[in-house]
Amino acid sequence: MSNLWGESLSGFWSAWIIIITLGTIAFSGWILFANRRTDKTPDADGNVETTGHAADGIEEYDNALPKWWFQLFVATIIFSLGYLVLYPGLGNFAGILGWSQEGQWEEEVAQAEERFTPIFAQYQEVPIPELARDEAAMQVAERIYQNNCAVCHGSNAQGGYGFPNLTDDDWLYGGEPENILTSLHNGRNGLMPSWQQLGENNIGNLTQYVLSLSGLEHDAESAEQGEATYASVCAACHGPSGTGNQALGAPNLTNDIWLYLAPGQEVAESVRQTLRNGRNGHMPAQASYIGEERVHLVAAYVYSFRLQD
Amino acid sequence: MAAIESQTDLLTCIIKRVAAPGHNATGYPLTAFDGNIQMNSALEHPTYNYKVVRQFAIMTVVWGIVGMLIGVILAAQLVWPQLNLDLPWTSFGRLRPLHTNAVIFAFGGSALFATSYYVVQRTCQVRLFSDKLAAFTFWGWQAVILSAVVSLPLGYTTTKEYAELEWPINILIAAVWVTYALVFLMTIKKRKTSHIYVANWFFAAFILTVAVLHIVNNAAIPVTAMYSTSVYAGSIDAMVQWWYGHNAVGFFLTAGFLGMMYYFVPKQAERPVYSYRLSIVHFWALIMIYMWAGPHHLHYTALPNWAQSLGMVMSIILLAPSWGGMINGMMTLSGAWHKLRTDPTLRFLVVALSFYGMSTFEGPMMAIKTVNALSHYTDWTIGHVHSGALGWVAMITIGSMYHLIPRLFGQVQMHSVNLIAVHFWLATIGTVLYIASMWVNGILQGLMWRAINPDGTLMYTFIESVEASGPGYFVRLIGGLFWVTGMLIMAYNVYMTVKRSESIRQQPAPQAA
Repeated sequence: MSNLWGESLSGFWSAWIIIITLGTIAFSGWILFANRRTDKTPDADGNVETTGHAADGIEEYDNALPKWWFQLFVATIIFSLGYLVLYPGLGNFAGILGWSQEGQWEEEVAQAEERFTPIFAQYQEVPIPELARDEAAMQVAERIYQNNCAVCHGSNAQGGYGFPNLTDDDWLYGGEPENILTSLHNGRNGLMPSWQQLGENNIGNLTQYVLSLSGLEHDAESAEQGEATYASVCAACHGPSGTGNQALGAPNLTNDIWLYLAPGQEVAESVRQTLRNGRNGHMPAQASYIGEERVHLVAAYVYSFRLQD
Repeated sequence: MAAIESQTDLLTCIIKRVAAPGHNATGYPLTAFDGNIQMNSALEHPTYNYKVVRQFAIMTVVWGIVGMLIGVILAAQLVWPQLNLDLPWTSFGRLRPLHTNAVIFAFGGSALFATSYYVVQRTCQVRLFSDKLAAFTFWGWQAVILSAVVSLPLGYTTTKEYAELEWPINILIAAVWVTYALVFLMTIKKRKTSHIYVANWFFAAFILTVAVLHIVNNAAIPVTAMYSTSVYAGSIDAMVQWWYGHNAVGFFLTAGFLGMMYYFVPKQAERPVYSYRLSIVHFWALIMIYMWAGPHHLHYTALPNWAQSLGMVMSIILLAPSWGGMINGMMTLSGAWHKLRTDPTLRFLVVALSFYGMSTFEGPMMAIKTVNALSHYTDWTIGHVHSGALGWVAMITIGSMYHLIPRLFGQVQMHSVNLIAVHFWLATIGTVLYIASMWVNGILQGLMWRAINPDGTLMYTFIESVEASGPGYFVRLIGGLFWVTGMLIMAYNVYMTVKRSESIRQQPAPQAA
């Protein structure tokens, strides 16, 4: 019998739960049986006498409990006691079926693994560029994408505020199969530090310079002043010409693509905010969530956008 | 909105008149009273305190309209998300707790205060223990509601469902509630009758338990003036919250309203209660078992297996005790069924009992783990809540108010019985539209979420299930509009009833009484 008893509660609390549970059910049963019958006889309408007292003119008959209701009550008590024998409920008593939600989950996951692993395993060895051309595989991959990735990157994969567009040619960390695979597998942490210490004047000048890099309308004088600051502060990551560095995930500033541009926002305002407050982009690592095989498929799905252009 | 404001203004006028200085407690000019003692006894009862009952009764109608109107706005936001207006104060997440607090505690709470104060006096044959303390519960409770109306849209929340209000407001609630318990229980203590009538058992159980639930669940450490952290952590916090949450349903929305039912159903039907011993059995079983049902809100979570199972089996045992109240109410009508043809107030009370029976059957079914695995987190839950909240709580309240309000204002019946009938049909159809659309949506969502492709991937994304829910959300909005329309008709009917009582009082001729 010892395997029927788990150890999540101390002996006292386990006993306490068993006693008050059974006590509550026993009390309900007792009050039900103790009051089931009436000693009064019914009149012509089938009603027995009233209790004899009235409250604001309201009297009360002393009818017996309806038989079907009494039976319903008893049936639920019997069901419950049976359930508590079969399933966990009475303190540390695990129930004779040995069921637990954790056990059920493990069993269902094991069944799913057994059924679905072969489906994904067949794609595991296929190189990503080849897999991206396999229509059947891409249908499966799209479902995985829609249920795991679309919440941030959008159902059309075109991203959103703070979430990169996966369908264009601008890659923060590189768009080769191994880059995409690494991003998915391990996740990414993009950090743009805050440059508040440079002061509003320098931030304003830098902003104008960054606008000029993408060929946007800018104040030429201000941009010229910003260029010097750029060379000493920003070029280390974004490169001397502003084309970025995929090894660091430092964005290209020359292609007029702005990750943190809110709808309706001016580019200058967004750049100023980035310089003032910094940015922190986080792509969660997927391998531990969806497994190696699905990561491989999704990498091929993301890569497949490159083939469509 | 303009219409609502003017309705609210009308009712505010009534409230002001009720409590205006220079008038007596009823709000009627003293001269009119002095000249007419007979009228006086019709309106200001020589023994009982009707003033606080009148105040709460009027506010029941006011808060009913406010709370349900916010509900309709929320329903519309789910159909047209643009109605969130991109403002934090009008967003769904902030208005939703305002809706639940307004309908449960403002509308339901005012109704419970009004009816319990009326019933305890009538059935104990004594005046309330203290007029001053009763007045404190009225103004205190209105202050709590106004604090909610301000603080919830501003984003102050403890994040506990149905207990969102922050700690300073919680302290006020506790003070009002303990005073309420004192007034109610001391009134029973000084009663002139030998027995305590069954309605008072339920009211007393509701008042005492809600005091315990509120204080235990809101135990928190204040951090700033409007921010606190719960003293419980992790799954214990979740368990305490749902012990509170389900008993808010069980005691606030069930036991309290059963108290209402046990007075107004036999009164309106003019029949004795069916079975005294059924009252005894289902009362004790109900309050004993309800305490255990909370864990069914946490099936398949970090809550230990044993606690989940106990929540499920106790919910199933709860079926018979819940139905005991329905049977006792329904069978009280035997020999009086013909009255339903002519009395729409009685119809409200009977249909309320039917919805009560239906939702207390649905509840235990949904508490079964395998059913819950499908229904949980879907709109089915919302439908279930509203079959209780609209079908049972609101309908029994409205039926009771249509019985109570004319009597409080010295009238034989409401201004228009036909308008009660119109309200009845609007409310019934509105409820059916609401719960049917949410059943469809809930089962649809549950099935879509668990559907998988042959490769084991999910067949539908979450957003597809949201899209599929659109038509149901629209039908639900229509149901809500039926309800608000009905409530506005009720407000008009109440206003006219009060106005007629006023005009009768202005005339010296006693035959009008």
